[in-house]
Amino acid sequence: MSDKVKIAYFDFASCEGCQIEMTNFGDAAFLELLNHVEVVEFREAMSEKTTQRINISFIEGSFTRESDRKRLEDIRNRSDIVIAYGACAATGGINALKNHQSDYKQDVYGKDADMPHLESTFALPVSAAIKVDYSLNGCPMDRNEFIRVVSHLVHGKQPVIPNYPVCVECKMNETVCRYELGDHCLGMVARAGCGAPCPADGIPCEACRGFVDNPNEESLITTLMEKGGLSRERAEARSRMFAANCRADAPHKIETPNK
Amino acid sequence: MKKDININVHHLTRVEGHGNIQVNITDGTIEKCEWQVPEAPRFFEAMVRGRHYSEVGRITSRICGICSVGHTLASVRATEDALGIQITEQSRKLRKILKHAENADSHLLHVYFLVAPDLLGAPSVFPLVPTHTAVVQRALRMKRFCHEWGSLIGGRTTHPTKVIPGGMASIPEREELETLKARILTEFVPDCLESLSTIKSVAGAVPAFERPTEYMAVYSPEEYGLYEGNVVTVTPDGNKAHYDVHDYKSCTNEWVSPQSTAKFAKNRMESYMAGALARFNCNYDQLHQKAKDAAAELGLKPLCFNPYMNSVAQLVEVFHSVFETLDLIDALLAGDYKEEELVKPVKFGTGSACVEVPRGILFHSYAYDNDGMCTKADCIIPTNQNHYNIQLDFNKLVPELLAAGKEEKEMELALEMLVRAYDPCISCSTHYLSVTFKK
Ligand code: SF4
Ligand code: SF4
Ligand code: SF4
Repeated sequence: MSDKVKIAYFDFASCEGCQIEMTNFGDAAFLELLNHVEVVEFREAMSEKTTQRINISFIEGSFTRESDRKRLEDIRNRSDIVIAYGACAATGGINALKNHQSDYKQDVYGKDADMPHLESTFALPVSAAIKVDYSLNGCPMDRNEFIRVVSHLVHGKQPVIPNYPVCVECKMNETVCRYELGDHCLGMVARAGCGAPCPADGIPCEACRGFVDNPNEESLITTLMEKGGLSRERAEARSRMFAANCRADAPHKIETPNK
Repeated sequence: MKKDININVHHLTRVEGHGNIQVNITDGTIEKCEWQVPEAPRFFEAMVRGRHYSEVGRITSRICGICSVGHTLASVRATEDALGIQITEQSRKLRKILKHAENADSHLLHVYFLVAPDLLGAPSVFPLVPTHTAVVQRALRMKRFCHEWGSLIGGRTTHPTKVIPGGMASIPEREELETLKARILTEFVPDCLESLSTIKSVAGAVPAFERPTEYMAVYSPEEYGLYEGNVVTVTPDGNKAHYDVHDYKSCTNEWVSPQSTAKFAKNRMESYMAGALARFNCNYDQLHQKAKDAAAELGLKPLCFNPYMNSVAQLVEVFHSVFETLDLIDALLAGDYKEEELVKPVKFGTGSACVEVPRGILFHSYAYDNDGMCTKADCIIPTNQNHYNIQLDFNKLVPELLAAGKEEKEMELALEMLVRAYDPCISCSTHYLSVTFKK
């Protein structure tokens, strides 16, 4: 047991969907994974907690309240490598959709909005609180990418996270472009690595994996308006869906941690 | 001898989301006995305002990764209700298959990964890998099968892509449905039967505890309510009451307790239960015969007042979902199965829908303006509905355990197992309220 890589899972503001993806590998792949790694902490699946040094910590969820900072710092101190696990942790993901709103608490809680435990500020990536070594993008994160990244790290290699757009993978799939079908899509700025499942399934890419580095946001908005037929307001809203913190106007613009 | 007991479970393990249990007993007197929910709030209802109707379901899906199929279906169906959209019979059938896949998927996850370790005396599924290898392999194999079953219809099982207002964005090939059917019969059904014997063999470890309460579920005159319908509740005397889904606020009655963080819900009694056992109690007659047979085998009969039996009811529902799916595939293949256009909106207004997610009845409700943009949203999730029922179970269980002379550790385990039996998915709790805890 002892020479296996020790991994652990932690969760913050998230839907836990990325953790659930771990249960979808099937028996052969999952048990093979357990030949290489030892899961030492995973609150959602196990009661055990560890005091040992953790080799790789996967953190799911966004950093949304100051009171979580200590828990994050503690995880960082216990771990050799920290990986932002899924869009919520890597970019703020869907949680960041409220970052440009000011009245979200009043909308949901009315007169109770100021109660202290409803404390929530901007939804930020984990990297806003602690150093993050790599990111597994996507909402949910991609299981195949998880295996790739883990096997690279287990073998002491640097994982490579794509920095080209989803359109590249979509064209390789020979999927008919959403724009040709009278729809719209964010594939030209979205970070690839997922294999472009959404256009293939019949819906637009919404950049759940965030944007590539230095995306041309102005041309995205123009394309959404001119080719996609959206109003400027809707085009702006579209580009916010999962990638609000990747936009140049984000209150806390994120750095891509996986370089 | 009078005892002192202090149980303080911070961030209960093996549940989705974060919950705390606190029990303080001094000199044999219970001073505090609480189920608390400290999850970070995520504000979905505010986030969908100003979003186009085509995007809303994909945002609210992210409320919960484990029930994301159910959230998507509830959201899209409420939107379709608001937009006057009547989808085709083929789309309905496909969505029902997807719903069944989620139900089986989530139930198996819960029974095998979250509950079984308690029954086998292990802290998690990992120590069971060497000791119960075949069972763990079967669990992983079945989990994967459900994932493939759901993905065939939904595109993915975590945040499905293909369910959109008006119907389905794309559909599986006829041959793919035939293959699914064949694989269910040869691979999945045998594993279900094995699961039945496994659970039967550990059923003796399910604690005996009863507290009659009200049970709420989706009701459809056509079938065991899961994908669509209105609301039914049954009280311990067997009395049923029906409610239109548009009046969901009149039966969920969210209220604020000074001693908890979450909003509570009640209807005809002080609290109610939602989930597999509630559905079983409300709609037993409509279960597939194979599910009724499984229930008989496991000794589960309506009305059952033992909340720990929720996990057993879940396994019964796995049988229902798998055999209903076979019937649905047959019905689809017998007809003129083909790609269909999406049904277009005929109006923009308000709409509501309820869907059974694995953990219980879920309500979504929206209002749209004339441009199809969302102006208001409301989601009532099952876990919030169950919180007060859990609290009342605690109130009855703790004195019983104390009277039976249980030690702190045994009591802690019994309470943890009780909460886990409800399969709470606390991460999706959308409504929280504050509290000051007495120090
Ligand atoms: S990235 Fe998406 S799937 Fe993963 S936890 Fe966040 S909301 Fe859930
Ligand atoms: S559908 Fe989207 S991802 Fe595919 S080529 Fe067109 S714009 Fe790019
Ligand atoms: S196609 Fe776009 S929205 Fe879909 S998984 Fe890939 S990045 Fe995410």
